Amino acid sequence: MIDTERQNLRDEEFLINMGPQHPSTHGVLRLMLKMEGEFIRGITPHVGYLHRSIEKIAENRTYNQFTPFTDRIDYCASMPSNLAWATAVEKLAGIEVPERAEYIRVIMVELNRIASHLIWLGTMSLDLGAVTPFLYAFREREWILDLFEMTCGQRLTYHYIRIGGVSRDIPPEFEKSCRAFIKDFRTRVDDYEAILTENPIFLGRTRGIGILPLGLAKDLGASGPTIRGSNYPWDIRRAEPYSVYNKFDFEIPTGKNGDVWDRYIVRIREFRQSCRIIEQALDGLPEGDMIRAKMPAVLRPPAGEVFSRIEAPRGEMGYYIVSNGDKKPYRVKIRTASYGNLQTLAPMSLGWKIADLVAIFGSIDVILPEVDR
Amino acid sequence: MFELDGLLSGLYKIISDWFISHDIPVVWLDLLVMLFAAAAVIAALLLTALFLVWWERKISAHIQDRLGPMRTGPHGVLQTIADAIKLLQKEDIVPDAADKKVYFWAPVVAFVAAFLAYIVMPFGKGLIARDLNIGIVYIVAITSFTVISLLMAGWASNNKYALLGGMRSAAQIVSYEVPLTISLLGSVMLAGSLSMVDIVEAQGPYFWRWYWLPQILGFGIYFVSATAEANRTPFDLPEAEQELVAGFNIEYSGMKFAMFFLAEFINAFTISAVATTLFLGGWQPPLPGLAFVPSWIWFLAKTLFLVFVLMWFRWTYPRLRVDQLMDFAWKFLLPLAFVNLVLTGLGVYFFN
Repeated sequence: MIDTERQNLRDEEFLINMGPQHPSTHGVLRLMLKMEGEFIRGITPHVGYLHRSIEKIAENRTYNQFTPFTDRIDYCASMPSNLAWATAVEKLAGIEVPERAEYIRVIMVELNRIASHLIWLGTMSLDLGAVTPFLYAFREREWILDLFEMTCGQRLTYHYIRIGGVSRDIPPEFEKSCRAFIKDFRTRVDDYEAILTENPIFLGRTRGIGILPLGLAKDLGASGPTIRGSNYPWDIRRAEPYSVYNKFDFEIPTGKNGDVWDRYIVRIREFRQSCRIIEQALDGLPEGDMIRAKMPAVLRPPAGEVFSRIEAPRGEMGYYIVSNGDKKPYRVKIRTASYGNLQTLAPMSLGWKIADLVAIFGSIDVILPEVDR
Repeated sequence: MFELDGLLSGLYKIISDWFISHDIPVVWLDLLVMLFAAAAVIAALLLTALFLVWWERKISAHIQDRLGPMRTGPHGVLQTIADAIKLLQKEDIVPDAADKKVYFWAPVVAFVAAFLAYIVMPFGKGLIARDLNIGIVYIVAITSFTVISLLMAGWASNNKYALLGGMRSAAQIVSYEVPLTISLLGSVMLAGSLSMVDIVEAQGPYFWRWYWLPQILGFGIYFVSATAEANRTPFDLPEAEQELVAGFNIEYSGMKFAMFFLAEFINAFTISAVATTLFLGGWQPPLPGLAFVPSWIWFLAKTLFLVFVLMWFRWTYPRLRVDQLMDFAWKFLLPLAFVNLVLTGLGVYFFN
């Protein structure tokens, strides 16, 4: 009798469906969580809610027509997405990009890296329950968006970095405003650190949580700040310099233990490194008005295949293009950082609490359109 | 000048004379007075809650470099009223699988419990609905009603997130109850009474004689535990938006949600008011020379300042995790509260 009663009162694991509509899945990720009280015993991520078949669309567009679609792959960091596509096609077609355009590209991409990391900083602190850094981050991002708007008229999907260069030159007032932003932003980063980095509650929520061992990170294809947090200085800007990155002096911040706090501090330090790169690029910006290479009206790259990758804010972003000499690519495969980084979520969060899952998910900075494409 | 107790007792005298001259038993008058007191307290608190919602939005906005509500009335002061009217019009959704009775009563319990504490709250000199001789114990008992309502809401909604929220709140509030109660005992020992009025009067009109100074430890422990008790950030785990979407009130809509919402703000006011009474001299002015300002204004000013501190916490700190929360209560606050109790006892023994 007692035994059956006890059986009726046993603990049960229960399934929680987190997402696709949930405040901290940053879009439309769906996680099936097997929970034992507050503890997570199993995670099954379901992706595909934002699939737009961008790779298939590429097969039906000319190379230039496809550029705006790359904006939509990672809408928080459109410039790097543009750049990844442009460098891949340039490598395929053997196009020489004017140096001024390369410098402008670097400035734009690094500004966009800051903007993207700001969204990450805001949403991650929001996930941890701190609302105020979110609005601070968006306040600074606004200035960057103003700089972009000044340059290309767009605030989100820029379509600015084109094959062979950039769409237009930076306006004359850009440099002054950009330098003022960098100067201001450095003090802002100190503010973020004051409000978060040494905050005991923040430390308690991030130190030692969600440790990603380096071996696992490599196996799962993690890249960007996610793998750099695990003490591995892997940065395409340094490992395989593209554009003009080999001309700049910058450091690659790494973490020590691969926990949430390490991934946080890597991105915070990247803010400062991006500022350094932008300043150097502004100093070394070559004069002239050549901002786009001379190209035929309809680009027909020679038959062949190419893989080219860049360091996007979330990690390694690469395009694999197969051309059969036509004006449209035969096949395009997009390698995005978020997909690999998302895979680390389940092994990192098992056994932690649901509150930690949110922190870990925030720390790997996944953006869903990039996962699904 | 503007002291309300003289006005009220004058009114009482006139009416009781009228009752006596017409041969009506005075017990009816007492009943009337009770009703009047209840109505006055409820009306004042509802207004306070409406004001606090607006105030919190303004404070958060200014902390975050925004303006907050600006459109409804000057600086958006009518925003909460507009929101309340909007919530009144909303459909009252009850999930099919919910436990209907419990689901219905949960917000009522939360709402009523939030008001009950004010029976013994000394708003000003002579402004108290009932001066119970066990006042502070009564408040501690009543404020723990919140946990029942949250548990009811979490359970009855038949939603996993709500259930997790309800469980969290039960664990959290029951844990923090202990250091909270013990931290209050220090002031009680100093005043030698459990009555709220006696505690206020024992502190006197000098701000350095208020109990925040001898009870600085108790004040800190009380304020932190009370923040947890009222489910406010950094202890707002039962409704952690980013983890549990909205926690225990996830399924509630319309006026039932508004009842939870207003109860939360009234609770925030309650904990500040209790802190004011026990540690900041209640309605006493900081210096005798400042007694020309009515006592209820001093009470309101001190309480609103503490509410502001609560809001300041909320918009600055991240949220704790559930096990860290428990550790903090049992391993840190509770021993500290006992230390405070022993020190206070020794102090009372040697210096009295």
